[in-house]
Formats: sequence, structure tokens, C-alpha cells
Amino acid sequence: MLKITFKRIIKSGYLSFRRNGWLSAATVMVFFLVLFVLGNLIFAGAFANTVVNSLEEKIDVSIYFLPDAPEQNILAVKKEVEMLPDISRVSYTSKAEALDEFRERHKNNALIADVLSEIGENPLEASLNIKARDPSNYASISDFLLKKNYAIVDKINYFENQKVIERLSSALGVTRGFGALIVVFLAFVAVLVAFNTIRLAIYTMREEINIMRLVGATKWFVRGPFLVNGILYGGIAAILTVLVFFPLAWLVSPKLMTVVPNFDLFQYFLANLWEFVGILVFAGIGLGISSSFIAIRRYLEV
Amino acid sequence: MIFFDNVSKIYNHNSVALKNVSLRIEPREFVSIVGSSGAGKTTLLRLLIREEEPTQGRIFLDGLEVTAIPVNKLHHVRRRIGTVFQDYKLLSDRTAYENVAFAMEASGRTDEEIHEDVPQVLELVGLADKMGNFPHQLSGGEKQRVAIARALVNRPDVILADEPTGNLDPINTWEIIRLLQKINGLGTTVILSSHDKEIINSLDKRVVVLDKGEVISDKEKGRYLV
Repeated sequence: MLKITFKRIIKSGYLSFRRNGWLSAATVMVFFLVLFVLGNLIFAGAFANTVVNSLEEKIDVSIYFLPDAPEQNILAVKKEVEMLPDISRVSYTSKAEALDEFRERHKNNALIADVLSEIGENPLEASLNIKARDPSNYASISDFLLKKNYAIVDKINYFENQKVIERLSSALGVTRGFGALIVVFLAFVAVLVAFNTIRLAIYTMREEINIMRLVGATKWFVRGPFLVNGILYGGIAAILTVLVFFPLAWLVSPKLMTVVPNFDLFQYFLANLWEFVGILVFAGIGLGISSSFIAIRRYLEV
Repeated sequence: MIFFDNVSKIYNHNSVALKNVSLRIEPREFVSIVGSSGAGKTTLLRLLIREEEPTQGRIFLDGLEVTAIPVNKLHHVRRRIGTVFQDYKLLSDRTAYENVAFAMEASGRTDEEIHEDVPQVLELVGLADKMGNFPHQLSGGEKQRVAIARALVNRPDVILADEPTGNLDPINTWEIIRLLQKINGLGTTVILSSHDKEIINSLDKRVVVLDKGEVISDKEKGRYLV
């Protein structure tokens, strides 16, 4: 009995989807646009994340030590810094390594090599390079170091770059906040559009709903086919969206890479394809079902 | 047996659809509810299938208090009452066959029963050759016959026909009336609402006259004179 009812509901939903072709096509189109916006939001999020991360990666703070500072004292400072919260990484560069790096960087410059051999001794300072989890932590880290007033510390470069770091860090914060706000807003608009489309579709069917109830159909027998319609709208639109994103991502990817070289949209799309499909199908079907469910309620109360 | 127990339907001060109506209809009866437009005929029938709620009073169908059934149990009553509406109320995206089958599907009947009964009942109303037509491909009279077939197919105890001939020409009107008489002859209670004097007077059955929401006359083998 339940099985046969279920079968009839699915068949009836499919039939009405097919027979009300224009209504179905229009609704699927709106759902497609909604999911297209959602898909773009996902891409934009990934893109912004890459940009912000690569900028954050560029921010750090270095502590330079006096030339005669003994290595064990430096390592003791390193330990202390590592104990601080919000530190993601502290790396130590000894005097010798600093020199090697410097030489490597300027190996094509004969003048610098000459100068170095002229000086005779290693003029570079040992340093600790500190990366924080969040760029806004650098101020407090630097404050901490300053308060400690280590005798062996020559300088902390945060105070030289303070303005730039602060500005960059607040810009990144604002970007994240605004980004999230825009995503939430656009997603909200998209959901609203989808819901209203379904509402209109069901509104045009309100007389049929009334008839079905009056000839003795239960609420679920009437509601079921509309939920099936919702699944079809959402599912078909999701598949359509993914199919459109394939060529689109392929076309846009090279252009985007000229702006941000380490973001390959098409690769990102392929790498996350199933997740992407999953999100769109889930969002499409979820929206279709829940909108139908809510929109049909008032017409069933007869 | 159908029993209206002191039923009123009041929309507001100026609009009283039914006022203290008490009415008893026995099984197998053919009752005509007559009166001019706005007399309360349609409201009376709507209350019986709970398309509307009465303001006051109770309605019974074979001891079952229709007015006390919760909304999500209403389908039980509606399956026992076949309703024919003036505007047919067919599902526009379904064929004649599917419209009739819908009532059976909704009642949970088996596919075998549906395959057997639907063509039979469509033949009874004279539409065996138009089973695959959609409502927009049928004439008014044909649509109404589909609606009657749908009302009949679950073998209801009662058929309600709310001005079933209101939109039909004379020839189709008489065909529908004859069909209703035939259904009544097979043992189904028929309640017909109409304002067509000629039809009512030719039926020679019980006539209940409504005026401004009140029963002003109720006679066996009545006539509609006013």
C-alpha cells in the first residue's frame, strides 16, 4: 500500500513536470541561475582565500641579534617565543646561514663579493623569523619582545614595518568580513528567488491542489508530487550548472592566472569537482523540496 | 443518512449564507436543493464535504459527525461523497482517464481495480472514446460527464451535484440529469442543487427550497414555483 502510493506520487510528479513543460523549464532556469550564483560564490571564496593567504604569507617579524650574541642564548629566546600563543612558526637563521643566503642572493654581483672579502669577517646578524597565525598578533608579539628587553637583541623589524603590517592586516580583516557579508547576502537573495519561483509555480497550481483534496486525496498524496517536482527542478538545475562551469572555468582560468598566478581556477574546479557537484545538487534539491514544502502548506488546508 | 442539525453559516452582518438549517436526507433519496443565486445552495453542499466550516450547528453522515473531523482525516469523508461541481474542477494536465483514475489512486485502490473500473465508468457516462483527451479537448458537457465519472468511480454513498448543468446547453443538461437519475436508480443518494425550474419540475422528486439561507419549503414530489 505504502509502496504503491509512493510509486504513484513519483509518477504523478514526473508527469506534471513533463506536462507543465513551460512552467518546469522556467523554474529550472531560475534554479540554474540561483545555483550558478552559489557556484560563483564558492569560486570567489576560494579565489579570495588564495589571495589573502598569499598576502598573509608575506607578513612576518624578524628579531636581529647583536653579532656577539651566543647561539644558546638566541635559542633560549626562540624557545620563549615559541611558548607564546598564536605563533605558527619560529625559524632560526645563524650568522653563517645569513651570510650564505646573502651570498647566494647576490652571487651575480661581483662588487658585493669583493666587499664581503674586503671586510673579512661576517657582518650579518643572526635572526629569528616569526610567523603568527593571524597578522593582527604581530603587535602583541613585538610588544612582548620589547618588554622582555633582551640584552642580546639588536632590533625588531616590526617597528620599522609597523604601519605597513597594520594596514595590510586590517585590510585583510575587512576583506574577509566584507567577503563573508557579501556571500551571505547573495546566498540569501538566491534562496529567496528560488523560494518565490516555487511559490509562484505552486500558486498557479492552487486550483488543482484544491481539487485533489476535494476528491479525497490525503495531504501527503497531494504534496508528494510537488516535492518530486522540487527535486527535479533542483537536480536538473544542479547538473546544468556543473555542465556550464566546465567550459567556463576552463576559459576564465588563464585570464585569472595573469592576475593571481598561484590560483588555477580550472585545476581547483577539477580537484574539488565531486565536492562542488555535491554542494550544488544538495543545495538545488534541498531548496526545491523545502520551498515546495513551505509554499504548498496553505493550499492544503482544505 | 445525512443530517444537518441547526446549521448556520454567517460571513458577516450583511452576509448570512445559511440560517438555522435542519435537514434530514435518507439513503437512496434524490433531493433537489433549489433557490435563486445566493440562497445558500452551494454553501450547504460545501459544508457537507467541509470545503467550508459552519459558523454554528453540526452535520452528520451515517452517525459520523462531519463537522468534528480533523482536517487531516477529511479524505475519509470525501471518498464516501462524490462531488460534481458547476465548474467541473478537472485536473487540467491530466486526461479524462487520469482524472477519473486519480480519485481511485488517492483512495489507495489497486492498479488492477483502476484498469478495470475507470473504462467501465467512462463508458457509463458515454465517454469511452475520449478517455485519452485532456479537459481542454472536451466540450462542457463532456467535461461534466468526466466529473460525474470521477464522482462515481469510488462507489460513493452520496453524489453531490452543485449546479452541474449551470454551464451546459439544454441537450447536455438533460443528458446529465438522466445520468444522475440513473445513478440514483442504482442506489446512490443524489443531492442536486439547481435553479432550473424546468428540470426540477420534471424530476418529480423531493424539493427543498432555500431563500436567503433559510429552508422555506421541503416537499416530497415537490415543485419549484417561485
